[in-house]
Amino acid sequence: MTIRFVLMVNKQGQTRLAQYYEYLTLEERRALEGEIVRKCLARTEQQCSFVEHRNYKVVYRRYASLFFLVGVDNDENELAILEFIHLLVETMDRHFGNVCELDIMFHLEKAHFMLEEMVMNGCIVETSKSNILTPIQLMEKSS
Amino acid sequence: MDTIMNPFSSSTRLRDMIRAIRACKTAAEERAVVRKECASIRASINENDHYYRHRNLAKLMFIQMLGYPTHFGQMECLKLIASSGFPEKRIGYLGLMLLLDERQEVLMLVTNSLKQDLNHTNQYIVGLALCALGNICSAEMARDLAPEVERLLQFRDPNIRKKAALCSIRIIKKVPDLAENFINAAAALLKEKHHGVLITGVQLCTDLCRVSSEALGFFRKKCMDALVKTLKDVVNSPYTPEYDIAGIADPFLHIRLLKLLRVLGQGDADASDAMNDILAQVATKADTNRNAGNAILYECVETIMSIEDNGGLRVLAINILGRFLSNRDNNIRYVALNMLMKAISVDTQAVHRHRATILECVKDSDASIRKRSLELIYLLVNETNVKPLTKELIDYLEVSDLEFKGDLTAKICSMVEKFSPDKIWYIDQMLKVLSEAGNFVKVEVCHALIVIISNAADLHGYTVRALYKAFQASDEQESLTRVAVWCVGEYGDMLVNNAGMLDIEDPVTVTESDAVDLVETAIKRHTSDATTKAMALVALLKLSSRFPSCSERIKEIVVQHKGSFLLELQQRSLEFNSIIEKHTNIRSALVERMPVLDEATFSGRRAGSVSTAVSASPGPSTGASLKVPNGVSKPAAAPLVDLLDLSSDDNPVPSSSGSDFLQDLLGVDLSPAATQSGTQPSKSGTEVLLDLLSIGSPVQQSSSPVADIFSSNIATKAPASPLHGLTSLATQPVLAASPPAASTKAASPIIDLLDGLAPVPSIPEKNGPAYPSVVAFESSSLRITFDFSKPPGNPQSTVIQATFTNLSSNNYTDFIFQAAVPKFLQLHLDPASGNTLPAGANSNLTQTLRVTNSQHGKKSLVMRIRISYKASGKDVLEEGQISHFPRDL
Repeated sequence: MTIRFVLMVNKQGQTRLAQYYEYLTLEERRALEGEIVRKCLARTEQQCSFVEHRNYKVVYRRYASLFFLVGVDNDENELAILEFIHLLVETMDRHFGNVCELDIMFHLEKAHFMLEEMVMNGCIVETSKSNILTPIQLMEKSS
Repeated sequence: MDTIMNPFSSSTRLRDMIRAIRACKTAAEERAVVRKECASIRASINENDHYYRHRNLAKLMFIQMLGYPTHFGQMECLKLIASSGFPEKRIGYLGLMLLLDERQEVLMLVTNSLKQDLNHTNQYIVGLALCALGNICSAEMARDLAPEVERLLQFRDPNIRKKAALCSIRIIKKVPDLAENFINAAAALLKEKHHGVLITGVQLCTDLCRVSSEALGFFRKKCMDALVKTLKDVVNSPYTPEYDIAGIADPFLHIRLLKLLRVLGQGDADASDAMNDILAQVATKADTNRNAGNAILYECVETIMSIEDNGGLRVLAINILGRFLSNRDNNIRYVALNMLMKAISVDTQAVHRHRATILECVKDSDASIRKRSLELIYLLVNETNVKPLTKELIDYLEVSDLEFKGDLTAKICSMVEKFSPDKIWYIDQMLKVLSEAGNFVKVEVCHALIVIISNAADLHGYTVRALYKAFQASDEQESLTRVAVWCVGEYGDMLVNNAGMLDIEDPVTVTESDAVDLVETAIKRHTSDATTKAMALVALLKLSSRFPSCSERIKEIVVQHKGSFLLELQQRSLEFNSIIEKHTNIRSALVERMPVLDEATFSGRRAGSVSTAVSASPGPSTGASLKVPNGVSKPAAAPLVDLLDLSSDDNPVPSSSGSDFLQDLLGVDLSPAATQSGTQPSKSGTEVLLDLLSIGSPVQQSSSPVADIFSSNIATKAPASPLHGLTSLATQPVLAASPPAASTKAASPIIDLLDGLAPVPSIPEKNGPAYPSVVAFESSSLRITFDFSKPPGNPQSTVIQATFTNLSSNNYTDFIFQAAVPKFLQLHLDPASGNTLPAGANSNLTQTLRVTNSQHGKKSLVMRIRISYKASGKDVLEEGQISHFPRDL
């Protein structure tokens, strides 16, 4: 019941954020990202948000030009992961104000900090936006 | 803003790098930019430049995300972590989690820093360390740092407690022995009010239950009431803006609680009882208009299906799934199918009620839904519903997407094979599948179909006519072509004369030439592969005998392949052409219908191989197992090997069926041909041909009407060099050698190979108390006599004294006698008494052979021999098979 990776990929298939919660070599990561992205990009809006790939179940959601993909294992609640993706986007929205691909690229570390506050070792830690953002805002203030 | 102090202010250089990378048009350009950046980062690291350290690390993270190696930056992470400032530590820990993993030894170096930070006065730094530990800690680190984490579970700030709880999960997964230390602390977390602590606490409890049965018992006993109350509070909680998602209070917490309840309720009736009420409440109260509500409902249903039975709740759950299944949202339907998969083991009947809906889902436009529902349907198939379900699926096969056909075909074939009520239905369905998606049908499935067809004697005519029609309708399916070609070859006569007509059939008028047309189409189609073409050639050979009027035309088609670049096709073409042209007298016997393929043997021996047992003398024994490849991949030397090869069927029953070849071609077992061998006596010459075709039935008698085929065949591969044939034979490990003798025979060794086979007269056994002597071999130039004796107390062994007599007027030199036996025998050759055999009946050579028969009493001895010698300076080779040994040896 864990999240095994979180990916953010744009429409061209370029990875914008990648966080793995299990060990994969660089080559494996590249291959996996390529395959999954190809599968997800080929799907239409009407189709369901779940794709089975190898031994992962990938839950994905598209926001404008950015795809959020979360790889989970088989007994994870897919619908809840969809909610989780939305929560992640809302949290980033609150921080960046209408978040876009460039925000994530140029503030990669902040995006990671937020994700880190939300997921640890594949489990959800915190779902309150203000709790997630407090440490990040504190850090910004101090600098 | 000061970039020195703040690594997160947009350091221009990081931005520049990202811009430069984004500006790249090609992957090569990108690589060049990254290489340059990496070089400058390395230089900066070498200068120990802490001024840019954080920025370098941020760049490395970006580079690593793009998929480039960044191991050289690992030490930088450690240095940043060890520094005192929070921003440096922050990015250092992030780099640690991204660039390193638990398998790297560098990680050991960080243990001390982690320990210090876990005890830091700044709670944010403690949080960082906990997070890093939770993400990457190894078993050793877990042992070292577990006490700190235990302590932090009681930390005053809830944000630390929640991280400590998740860190504990990592620790107990790495070192399950430590689980008991965490049980009490975890139970305490369940009473918290802070949602973050609650959700992580619940997850910790769930994982504790998984690794430790002690924990499971403890939570069942002590925490059930508290958990149920917590869930009740969450369900009934008033609006909490912080944790509200689309009007539903913290669905994530809901779900984790339901998961923990599932673990506790599974296999425990009391615990299951305790949670019944709250589950019913959750199931009825969830808001199904929102995704979050459905997520809760989905989890609740799964818990209901997993815990101990409560009839009422189960009905409720199944009804919810039914509602899900008919939902318009594909996501909901997907999870419903997923859930039904799990429910099928609990309540098959209930799932069956939704069969029609599930079947509709197989036809959905969404690949994920199709895949799920197909798997589900496959689980639902049984003897009673296989017919309607298969019909539906086959109907759908016609219109399905290309990429789905593979999966669908495999499942249909498997269903049909497993549950078919009768053969005609099986054949009908398989023909439909072959016509629709023959290119997706696996080879084994085709073989199984052919075995079934061959076993259904009353359906041969029906099948071949149906295949003919199917082929006319769609001839682009490889597997359909193969089966059709095979059947037309075997049962072509029934196609033309409408034999074995069933009531349900419409009569068709097919002329002999139409049938040949079909095979010709198959062989000429450019998409046909070598196996199909080879099968078509065999079919043509068979048809040439079934339809003598088309013989000329068939010959023309066959001849077209004599120049094929594929050796197999070329060889077949030449051999078959010769049979059609010159050996009409043996043709009909050669190509008669295949014996029925044994179904049980087929399934058991799909991967059977042929091997022979061998012994050599006086040299070391070279017992080699020789695998004769089936079908087209046969190497050029195979026919030669087969001359010596007794093959796998140990039963020396004469067989007159040429269709073994086809079996061989299909990779099907060889032995049924021998056990159910032909009813007619074998005609002379047939056996030799069979051998040529690499069939293992032993030669008993033969003349040389086929010598020309043989020589033409061999000659193409072994040009005139008289030694060539010999050497290629001698390299095979199936030989046993003995010293040589002399001879004057002056023929080419290739012809002699056949000459040797030719005269194997059966000498009637003399009746006697002991075992009678046998003239094992006699040609115009040589006679071999065997005398038998049994060593006392060992009925399996036989000592054979072989006596060689020169019948010509020339002396033989370099005389070598070789013998090979099938696997069930063991052969040992002693050295011969000499290697020259003078002319005249008075001087003999002798040699002792010791044979052990592992099937003593069941099978008789059988042996192939080869004698080579020099007569008048020319090499002579003679061969023969001895199968007229006295019984009971």
